[in-house]
Amino acid sequence: MDYSRYCKKYVPYLFLAPALILLIVFFFIPFFESFYISTLDYSNDIYNPVFVGLSNYTTLFHSSLFWKTMWNTVVYLVVAVPLLVIIPLIIAIVINQKLKFINFYRVSIYMPVVVSIVVAGIAWKWLYADSGILNYFISILGVEKIGWLTDPKYSIFSVIAVTVWKGLGYYMMIYLAALTSVPNDLYEAADIDGANLFQKHLAVTIPHLLPAIALVSIISSISAMKVFVEIYVMTQGGPLNSSMTVVYYIYQKAFENLDLGYASACGVVLMIIIMAISVLNIKKIEGGNFGV
Amino acid sequence: MFRKLLKSLSSHLFLIFFTIVSIGPFIWLISTALKSNVENIFAYPPRFIPEHITFQNFIDAWNQVPFMGYIINSTIVTVATIILNLLFASLAAYPLARMEFKGKNYTFFATLATMMVPFQVIMIPLYLLTLRLNLVDSNGAVAGFLGMILPFGVSAFGILLMRQAFMAIPKELEEAAIIDGCNVFQIWFRVLMPLVKPSLATLAIFTFVGCWGEFLWPSIVLTKQEMFTLPVGLNYLQGFFSSNWRLISAGAIISTIPIIIFFLALQKHFVGGQTQGAVKG
Repeated sequence: MDYSRYCKKYVPYLFLAPALILLIVFFFIPFFESFYISTLDYSNDIYNPVFVGLSNYTTLFHSSLFWKTMWNTVVYLVVAVPLLVIIPLIIAIVINQKLKFINFYRVSIYMPVVVSIVVAGIAWKWLYADSGILNYFISILGVEKIGWLTDPKYSIFSVIAVTVWKGLGYYMMIYLAALTSVPNDLYEAADIDGANLFQKHLAVTIPHLLPAIALVSIISSISAMKVFVEIYVMTQGGPLNSSMTVVYYIYQKAFENLDLGYASACGVVLMIIIMAISVLNIKKIEGGNFGV
Repeated sequence: MFRKLLKSLSSHLFLIFFTIVSIGPFIWLISTALKSNVENIFAYPPRFIPEHITFQNFIDAWNQVPFMGYIINSTIVTVATIILNLLFASLAAYPLARMEFKGKNYTFFATLATMMVPFQVIMIPLYLLTLRLNLVDSNGAVAGFLGMILPFGVSAFGILLMRQAFMAIPKELEEAAIIDGCNVFQIWFRVLMPLVKPSLATLAIFTFVGCWGEFLWPSIVLTKQEMFTLPVGLNYLQGFFSSNWRLISAGAIISTIPIIIFFLALQKHFVGGQTQGAVKG
């Protein structure tokens, strides 16, 4: 419809103004400023930073702790994303049936999504406690006590488990929404062809859900790179930095060590990586190649 | 017949397993909070149902930590953020959905781009900016609240959601309104807004959940205890009660009650829309 006949040319901008002003002030200005801040050194005097060029970046790339946090972030991605793509998919397929109590299951599995992540962190910290209930369960199985959050070998996986646990319901919902678009007659056709349950889902459900699977893998990989509160509440990045991810490292450098320039440099590197992942993923979807 | 029974039985077992995994940690939290001081919370084997159920831990937690203040602060921040998001997103979405104007594509893609940048990347300059604008609690409560609300006053997700909703409305409705003599603002407010109520509800719910649980930003900008929101207060409580898990559990549950009520009351909107074909449990 041609609006120009009914309203003045500036009207669209009036509608856009409040949102754009907020986005410019609280997103775009800080966004561009972060590049500038990453060239400053705040470590001597936080009120009078000095320009140091790219030296924050060289320090960063020579810091073994930075690489460790990068590695931990990769571990996070490699472990959490496949779990978050596959488990909710299976739950969604199973829950998408006519069964009794289905609404109860659905609401319960969604529950962790709505609860504050601080509460979730506290609840899990209690489960993971040294004489806590998880150690009791594994003792029944005859396994020795595990220092879930206190042993550098396990801490990051314990934190990942919480991230996965909190995301199951959310991704299940995305899959459930997508499942409604799968035509029923395809299943009937598969029945006639004598396909078993597993073949039916492999041949009918999965191909129809590919866009949803791609969506879930993008969202879950970006959010896996942004994980912060779980770590803050449960391990503070420890022990021995074993559960420290890049994002936590940025927080610690910026707001505990007040090394704002160095932290910003770290943030810029992370942003470039996340943008590269997003672009790659979008390309993949466009190319119809879903290598999840 | 037998195969069908087996299939539904295994489905139930599968779903019961994930239900336990999902709500088990909360149940255990409740169980711990209900145990009295004389009962060993580390007992092997653990007791799920307390010997003597007591609400003393809730009373103690409530008395030692200013929960009411936290709840009020969280409510102020959340309600204001929801109102701003609904208003600004639906204002901005309208021209993006319906009008032709210079810079439309740039505006659209700039909005999309904000979704790709993690908050942690911009939080440092954003913090410095908030300090420069004096939007921190050392300048009074109003400034403190504005500093927590304004940076989240509009989201790309909201704009896209509302744009989608406006695009689904038939154009004939607006044409009829124009013939009746409505101006553009009247069309937006009187004709379109009532029709996008479901999307507004979705946006309100998502904003509520996100805002109520937000931890990182308030924990950075807040300096005063009396300004704490629930998640920040709860994290503080965790240190305050050190390892007193009875009180920590009670506090965690108190702070979760509002969102659980909200969720159960509106669960149709949370998990609805996809509930066709489901039998009510």
